[in-house]
Amino acid sequence: MAKLNMIQAINRALHEEMAKDDSVLVMGQDVGVNGGVFRATDGLYKEYGEDRSIDTPLAESAIMGTAIGMAIGGLKPVAEIQFSGFAYLIMGQLEANAARMRTRSRGALTVPLVVRMPYGGGIRALEHHSESKETYFAHTQGVKTVIPSSPRAARSLLIGAIRDPDPVIFMEPKFIYRAFREDVPDEEEVGELGKARILQEGNDITVISWGAMLYRTRKAIETLKEEKGYSIELIDLQTIAPMDATTIAESVKKTGRCVVIQEAQKTLGPASEIIAIINDKALMYLEAPVKRIGMYDLVMPYFHRENWYIPSDGRIRRAIEETLDF
Amino acid sequence: MPVSTIGPFKLEYFQVLNEKGEIDKKLDPGLSNEELLKLYRAMVLGRETDERLLKLQRQGRLGTLPVCFGQEAASAGAVMAMKDSDWFVGAYRELSGRLMRGESIENPMLIYNGLEEGNMIKTSPRTLPIAIVLASQIPQAVGLGYSIKMKQEKDTAVVTFFGDGSTSEGDFHEAMNFASVWKVPVVFLCQNNSWAISTPLKKQMASETIAQKAIAYNMPSVQVDGNDALAVYKATREAIDRAYAGEGPSFIEAVTYRMNVHTTADDPTKYRKDDEVAMWAEKDPITRFRAYLGKKKIWNDEKEDALRKEIRDEIAAAVKNYEEPRQYKPDAPFDFIYGTEVEAIEEQRAEFLENFKKDVTNG
Repeated sequence: MAKLNMIQAINRALHEEMAKDDSVLVMGQDVGVNGGVFRATDGLYKEYGEDRSIDTPLAESAIMGTAIGMAIGGLKPVAEIQFSGFAYLIMGQLEANAARMRTRSRGALTVPLVVRMPYGGGIRALEHHSESKETYFAHTQGVKTVIPSSPRAARSLLIGAIRDPDPVIFMEPKFIYRAFREDVPDEEEVGELGKARILQEGNDITVISWGAMLYRTRKAIETLKEEKGYSIELIDLQTIAPMDATTIAESVKKTGRCVVIQEAQKTLGPASEIIAIINDKALMYLEAPVKRIGMYDLVMPYFHRENWYIPSDGRIRRAIEETLDF
Repeated sequence: MPVSTIGPFKLEYFQVLNEKGEIDKKLDPGLSNEELLKLYRAMVLGRETDERLLKLQRQGRLGTLPVCFGQEAASAGAVMAMKDSDWFVGAYRELSGRLMRGESIENPMLIYNGLEEGNMIKTSPRTLPIAIVLASQIPQAVGLGYSIKMKQEKDTAVVTFFGDGSTSEGDFHEAMNFASVWKVPVVFLCQNNSWAISTPLKKQMASETIAQKAIAYNMPSVQVDGNDALAVYKATREAIDRAYAGEGPSFIEAVTYRMNVHTTADDPTKYRKDDEVAMWAEKDPITRFRAYLGKKKIWNDEKEDALRKEIRDEIAAAVKNYEEPRQYKPDAPFDFIYGTEVEAIEEQRAEFLENFKKDVTNG
């Protein structure tokens, strides 16, 4: 058992998988000698050399495209895009090839790769370093999109992603890279992709979130529990696509109320899909309209204003109370 | 069938001012004393502003920012050859050149304090904002060149700036190809500073020079000492003149060096050696330019002290003004999303303001 922060847990998962499987390699800008700008790949260069810890030239599309070729060829690349704001350049390769190769070749060719990228706001970063655009990736069928919300989840889900037979976009909420530590067991844990997890059972309301917003939501819920004694069921979505409809629907059937908290912009964010799932599978159980809290439909503000726009503890609390009082 | 030779291809390198500030008279671009002093001032202003920005950042008064130490000649030399009517399409390591274009010293302070207001450059409508997504600005420069051609604007060109790392991006090559096919008035200026964060040039490319990449696009190309403001000026002058004459795009590789961090979030001691940095310190663009001005007898210590004081006062005044307590409009992000009024956006603005009020009062 070790107490790790998220960046250490990710680093540990990479070390563990590279030790276990010679075909696993990391690639990207500054991931080798420098160990990554957030130090996620620290020590891999020293341990496994430059052939498995590749400092690539600066070209996101080529990182994605060559990773696809490596994956088809039998390697398991874990590519890093330095910030998700630079990942739009991978979209051509991702959508046209990574996502479709299995379908196109009727299963003869597969693309087992992972693309890691830090995303999200709250760290006073420059433009393009604060967005939450998981919808872009989640809307790419054939690709799985995963977001961990704690160190232990990050380690197990990353291992699960590396062993998954399909391309996985692994989005890391950089706001909580070093925000807190969590016990991570010594033994192997392999996260199951496509599954949400119930972090806390409750009967009054279902609250769904993921990534850094889950961390914030958790704090808001604790206050509400202490002050008002509500029984809140908290769900960590974990995989944005494919989405775990069963866990969502079963919880809402039990509680009859639901609030979704996302960092992404409101319109067409994952919350929209969650509400559609509830509409499909649990509508008749609802006692209040499902509420969603997210960024407004704006270009992400620069950091001076970002904390006024990222869902605040107060907004989260108010949304939960309003839904309970409905 | 005999094998014929298609090449050889020719590529030139030049330097006008050497490290000691000695000029090659044959290559002297013939700037007037007044112009030389303007160029010198621009470089010193860039350097002094950088030092102040870095200090402010280290004191927690600014957020993460890139610095330009050692690269002053590359952007200032180029801007010296530009008119206001030429377009400046840069990345984020051209502080001296941007200040020369009329950007105020407060602009970078605002940007690096997370305020969009810093991108409003009222004095220079033909200077595009900093481009953080590498190489993304280069195709835009080519499009601007096309618009100049279509609108038959006389004596107008585009100068686009980017680094060595950016030349690995598809956007760079795609833009070069479009520019040469369309024969647009664009000058591609690569500030080759040897490092893309931790990636050295030899890991970035196997090419011996960056300038040679332009040969593939049939574009006039030259490599110059990028720490020599006169060499950069001369190469840019010639390239702009070709552009004005309708002869299409040109390429300049300005060989310089990133003397400091990539951004303040970066720690170069993890990946590069001090002696390499020390070696480049000997080639400083400002030191050699000052020596040249001294040799020309148009500069002395007294004038230097006066200039430094004037510049420091100017920067201090800008810092003071920037730090005056003021309320930045909370809902400003709603103002420029669309050019037309969108109901949902205005609804959300009202919702935001309500939440903002509650958040401020409830903590």
